[in-house]
This record gives sequence, C-alpha cells and structure tokens, in this order.
Amino acid sequence: MATEPAPLEKTAAAAVDPLHTGVEPLVRFDKVVKRYGDHVVLDELDFSVRRGEHVTLIGPSGSGKTTILRLLMTLEKVSDGVIWVDGSPLSHVRGPDGSLKPAGEKELRRSRKKIGMVFQQFNLFPNMKVLQNITEAPVNVLGMDKDEAESRARELLDLVGLSGKVDAHPSQLSGGQQQRVAIARALAMRPEILLLDEVTSALDPELVAGVLDLLSDIARTTDITMLCVTHEMNFARDVSETVLMFDAGRVVESGSPEKIFTDPEHERTREFLNAVL
Amino acid sequence: MSDFFSTLLDELPQVGAGLWVTVQATVLGSLLALLLSFALGLAAGSRLLLVRGVSRTVVEFFRGTSLYIQLFWLYYAMPQLTGYELTPLLCGVVAFGLNYGAYGSEIVRGAINSVPRAQYEAAVALNMTPLHRMRKVIMPQAWVQMIPSFTNLLIQLLKCTPLLWLISAADFMTTIEHIRSLTGETLTAYLLLLAVYFVLAYTLTLLMNLLERSAKRRLGLHTGGRSLFRTRTAEAVTTAGGTR
Amino acid sequence: MNRTFDWDAAGDALPLLLEGFRVTLLATVLGTLVAAVLGLAVAVAGRAPSRFVTVPVKAVTEFVRATPLLVQLVGAAALFTSVEPLTIGIVVLGIHYAAYTSEVYRAGIDGVPKGQWEACRALSMSPRRTWQAVILPQAVRNVLPALGNYAISMFKETPFLAVITVHEMVFEARAYGADHFAYTEAFTLAGLVFLVASYPTSLLMRKLEKRLGH
Repeated sequence: MATEPAPLEKTAAAAVDPLHTGVEPLVRFDKVVKRYGDHVVLDELDFSVRRGEHVTLIGPSGSGKTTILRLLMTLEKVSDGVIWVDGSPLSHVRGPDGSLKPAGEKELRRSRKKIGMVFQQFNLFPNMKVLQNITEAPVNVLGMDKDEAESRARELLDLVGLSGKVDAHPSQLSGGQQQRVAIARALAMRPEILLLDEVTSALDPELVAGVLDLLSDIARTTDITMLCVTHEMNFARDVSETVLMFDAGRVVESGSPEKIFTDPEHERTREFLNAVL
Repeated sequence: MSDFFSTLLDELPQVGAGLWVTVQATVLGSLLALLLSFALGLAAGSRLLLVRGVSRTVVEFFRGTSLYIQLFWLYYAMPQLTGYELTPLLCGVVAFGLNYGAYGSEIVRGAINSVPRAQYEAAVALNMTPLHRMRKVIMPQAWVQMIPSFTNLLIQLLKCTPLLWLISAADFMTTIEHIRSLTGETLTAYLLLLAVYFVLAYTLTLLMNLLERSAKRRLGLHTGGRSLFRTRTAEAVTTAGGTR
Repeated sequence: MNRTFDWDAAGDALPLLLEGFRVTLLATVLGTLVAAVLGLAVAVAGRAPSRFVTVPVKAVTEFVRATPLLVQLVGAAALFTSVEPLTIGIVVLGIHYAAYTSEVYRAGIDGVPKGQWEACRALSMSPRRTWQAVILPQAVRNVLPALGNYAISMFKETPFLAVITVHEMVFEARAYGADHFAYTEAFTLAGLVFLVASYPTSLLMRKLEKRLGH
C-alpha cells in the first residue's frame, strides 16, 4: 500500500504500541512541528494512538497539549511534519508526484468527518436552542433526515441527562449543562475520534464530577477513540489506557496510568505529578 | 400663525405627497445602503486580496467624497457626461444608498469580527462549510450587534433627505419651504419641519428597536420594555465616530 | 448631449474652487472649535447633581441629533437675517456637532475610574477643582481620536453651508457649473479635493486611535 508508514523505531509511538501489532494506528504524528514565529510549541513530535484507545495528555501548561488537539481538528496548520489519520494525511494531499502538499478546504472537510471536539468554553451556538445546536450539523453537514436527527438528539440529551432542556437557550443553562450539550453535539456527528480539550476547567467544582462521569460512561460503552487534555488526574487514571506526559513540545514519557502515576521514570514527570497531585 | 396653518390645510395634498417622497427616499435609500453594507462588509473579509482591495477602494471613495457632492454629481454632472438622467428621487436614493452603504460596511465588518473566534472553531469542528458557518453561526450573532449602529446610520440617512429640496424632488422640506414663502411664517415653518423630522427619526428608532428585540430573543436574551424606547443617535460615537 | 470631460474647464475652475476651499477649511476649523468647547460644557452639565439640569440637557442634545442639519441651518439663516451667513454656518455646525461630541466626552468621563471621584471627595476637593485637576485631564486624553473623526465628518458636511449662500467650495463649484455649463468638471474636481483632503486625515486618525489603544 502506498500509504504504508515508515517502520517506527525508537519513537514514543513504539512505546504506545509495544507489541508491534503491525496494525496501522488510527492517529500518528510524524515529526510534527508547530511554530508561532520563533516560538516552537511542538518539536518534531512523534506519537500514535490505536483505534479505540483512550489517551490522556498531561503536562505543564504551555507544553503543547492543546495544540495537538487543535492540529487534529485542523484549527491550526502544522509547520512541518505530517499527521496521519487512518492511513491518510490529515492536512495534506498527495500530489501527482507523490509529494505532500497542504490541503485545501475541501480535503480538510473530508478529514474532519472522522473527528469531533469538545471545547474548554463549550462554544455552544447562542443563536440556536439546545436541540438545534445538536441537530444543525447532522442535518446540514451529514445530510441526515431532520426527524431522524431530532430523535437521535433527544436520545443523546437523555444520555447526558438533559432531556428536559430540549427547548432551552444555551444562555439559560449552567456551565455543566452547557458542556453536556456540547458533548452531545459532538457525539451526534458520530466521530471516530473525540478530542476533549480541558472540558472541565471552566466549570464550577461541584459540576466537574457529573461531566467526568458522563465521559467515563462514553469511554466504557462506545468504541470512540478519545484524546483528552486534562488536569483531572483521577479521570486520567480511571478512563485512559495510556497517559502521555508532555514537556516543551515533546513526549517525555508514556505508559499506562498505573505506571505513570506510581512509578514515573522521568524526573520532569515526577516534578509535575508532585505539583498537581 | 393661523395664516400658516390655513395655507397648510389648503396645501395638504402636496404636503402629504412631499412627506411620502421623504419616506420613500428614506426607505429605498436605507434598503440600498443595507444591501451595499453587507456586500462591501463581507467582501472586506474575503480571502482574496483583489476582492478586499475593491471593497476598500469603493468604501474609501464614497466616504471620502462628500454626500452632497455625490448627489449633485448624479443630478447635474451625470446627464451631461453620459446622457442618462435619473429622476431627482432616484438621484437621492442612489446617493444616500452609496454613501451610507460605504459607512455601513464598516458596521458589518466590525460586527463579524466581534463574534468570538471560538464560535468559528466550533463550527469547523462540526465540519460546516464556510458558507454554512457564515449563514447559520456567525451572521445571526453579528446581526444583533449591528442593529443599534444601523439605527444610528439610518437616522443619519433620514436627516440627509432634506437635500432633495435642492434638486427639486418635491419632498417634505420643499413643500413646507413653499408654504413658508407664501406666508412668511419662518419660525413656525422651521419648528414644524424639525418636529416632523424628529418624529420620523423616533419612529425609525422604535422600529429598529423592535427588530433588535426579536433578534435578541432568538439568542435567548430578553430585554426590558423600556429599552424599546431608547434612542440610538449616540450609538457608537466613541468607537466609530465616522458613521456620523 | 453626450460630452467628454473638459480638462480646460477643469483647469479654469480649479483656482475658484481652491478659493472656496479656504472658506470650507475655515468653517471646519472654527466649527470644530465650537463643537469641542460646547460639547465639553454640555457633557459636564449632563453630570449636574440636579435633574432639572440633566433632563433638559439630555432632551435638547437628543433633539439636535435627531433633526436634520440642513433644516437647522436654513432655519437659523432665515431667522437671523442680520447675521453673516458664514457666522451662522459655523455656529450651527458647532452646535449640531456639540450634541455628538458631548457624548464622546461623556464616555470619556465615564471611563475615569470611580475611585478617582472618591479620592477627590476624601481629600475634600471642591467640585470645580475635582473636574479641573482630576477628571477632565484623564477624560479628554482618550477622546481625541473621536473628536478628530467628527472634525472629518463636519468637513464633509460643510457643503451644506452653500445652501445659506456661504461661498465655500461647493457653492463656487455650483456657480461655475451654472455659468459655464460645466457641472461635470466642477463637481468632479470638488469631490476629488474632498477625497484628497479627508482620506489622509482619516488614516491619521486611525493611527492615533491605535496608538491610544482604542
């Protein structure tokens, strides 16, 4: 196959896939660089995520975790390197000579099909009621039948515990409720990969647990691949199979939650965990 | 005094017709101005340099050359230059529309830019097309921001309609001027003019405030009844200034 | 009766237009001065402790803003026939724009933190001293770009003065156009003069706005 990746050597990806199953990972960062002017946020980053895996990205702020999610959602462009999703380049197209060029809007839209995102600040559309926030994209992007989209939206609202808020405006909901709607909205697009960007950071402390429980449920009951940036170490421990510790735009350490939280190898990881736990 | 009002009664059909011309010029001019505001304002945010450049040039041209001159140019110069002649009312509508459309484009551009970037990102994350994003997410939110500034803009437009008097368009100003010259009741005539234009401006304000209220309702924001009667002539004076 | 642009006529009209342009500039500068001073007075009056002052002030400025400049000009000229038209023009322009600049000042005054007023009271400063030494110096600095923008707007509305026979540029353009049947040249030139004068000035104002962090 033309898109067969180069053999992974001593990259962080190898650590994520220690058994070398040979299966193409669902997401693979290949020497990804992200620069803002002279400031390097991601420095030749390599890592990969298996299908169905739940990965938590931890690390000090400014270490580039959120940037990874934003690159995957194509909200930012890579400065160098390639992101592979399901064997295809995410934000590049292959030219006739086989070289990779930055993708246009059309190709980007094809890439985005598989990916959904939940934001720190919820970002619900204030001009739409709760139901339409959830049905707008399934109807007008996926071309789903309106009745079908609505009944599915009601199911999702049921799942997130907000079946009574169908006709509410986002402005009438608490932060926690808005975030649940945002999760339902992302799920309505049936993403293969769900990106969660500090989804509880903007919530009042008493609302955090409800949202985290919901996400644990989704992780347990669906086969959606999740990439999660969070400061909630309990969530990282309970939900994810893999924790990636970032510092200065690189993966310094990766492994199972037990390994990372009980017996970290790297000095930076120890320092970070001491500071947050 | 009674002389003035008895003449006014005699001339009532003409006065009514004049008022109708003023209302027509205001409404049609406003529609053209709104249309141009959106066209030029959206073009100003285009990804294509050429489109942005054309928009910028048109806006600066119509803002930079005085409305008064644009109106006279259309009325006096255009027939000389091209052989085409517009009716006086149409001259007014075109001049008002072009001039205030140029100012209005800044309102549209500013309001679009004021919609938080996070809204755009959420729309991208749901894989919407650029057009879909603009139509369903950005514009409905920007529109609410625009209304108060547009209210002010349209009042400025209304206030320029007495210029029609100078190009013999038989507007409200013309008819009252006529009665003044017949009766010599200067003070009464001008007080009446000011009062009627004030009422027109306030009516326009009320209509726009209603529009704003319904737009806000759609965002789930409820405004008190008193805000309906708020005036908008001082809207955005500190930031834009130039929409005057 | 199609005819092309007559460059000779344009060259002929230009000195006359520039003569009128001096009056245009004079009216703009003096009108802005009136608007700047009167607007400040109105803004301070709008802060008076008594509602018997603030309510009428608010009503009058609202009325002036909501009614056409042209009617105000023509009315004033018809009522005060003994006053020179240029004087009337400057005063009416000044009053009309003062109704706007007062809002600019008001916003500037509102922008002064409440703590500044409280500090003045704590020091038992007189109201006069409070305004003079503390509030106005802070308020006025931020209003300069907005005042400048109103000066540009006023500049573009000076042609209204032609209606009350002030011999400013557009009056001259119209006269030349009528005498030589050369409206095209006269009005095109006058428009260009406005563009050439107002565009760089508004660029300057935008720069000033950016520097003051608006």
